Amino acid sequence: MNYQTPLARARGLGSAREGSHHWWHQRVTAIALLPLTFWVAIALAGLPEASYHDVVAWVKAPWNTILLLSFIIVAFFHAMLGLQIVIEDYVHTDSLKILAVLGAKIVLAFLGVAAMFATLRIALMG
Amino acid sequence: MNERPLSPHLQIYRLPLTAILSITHRITGVFVVVGIILLVLFLMGFAEGGEQRFLSIQSFLRSSLGRLSLWAWICALFFHLCHGVRHLIWDTGHGFSRATLSRFAYLEIAASIILTLMVFGLTRIES
Repeated sequence: MNYQTPLARARGLGSAREGSHHWWHQRVTAIALLPLTFWVAIALAGLPEASYHDVVAWVKAPWNTILLLSFIIVAFFHAMLGLQIVIEDYVHTDSLKILAVLGAKIVLAFLGVAAMFATLRIALMG
Repeated sequence: MNERPLSPHLQIYRLPLTAILSITHRITGVFVVVGIILLVLFLMGFAEGGEQRFLSIQSFLRSSLGRLSLWAWICALFFHLCHGVRHLIWDTGHGFSRATLSRFAYLEIAASIILTLMVFGLTRIES
């Protein structure tokens, strides 16, 4: 039988070397999203007024394709990290929590792939 | 034990502005994700359905509900960005004094509204 308290067991073992990972990824993606957000907001604001050909030409412009793909990758990663925190804070049953986080991540990854595919298809095949 | 009051008791305790902005940051974050998911569906529809699908989606965006959703989304996006910048400032260890907290809170709200209006102005100039 182990009479040690959890604190005594943890003492001296050093850090888990993992604690700041999630936090750090969230900050890095946040900084990357700063300029991309302005670009996306301006682009989407023009959507109601744009014609089909305007939008295709816009997606086809090389820098737009690259920025759109970058935005999709970074935004979905940032969204995964953010939703994970929200789920972890409000779902208290461990099994449900793990399932919900996994589910959210898988759905977001899938949608990110779909978005990248759609962008490339419009850009390359119009 | 269960009779004891909770702190902060959310139905009685009046949340300070910082706390309201904190929960708004979450809500806008989730709202932005919902919008991004719609954007993916839009891109997919547009990639497989061509012009016809584009026009049917656009007709929603041109309706008053569509325009309201779009601008609410852009405003939420800017609020999330502004409060995110504050988190980045907090990460450097600055901006925790009581006076700074409220000053920044008002600054964030003003900045997100001004940025939304600026983007709105930009679309007016373009069209």
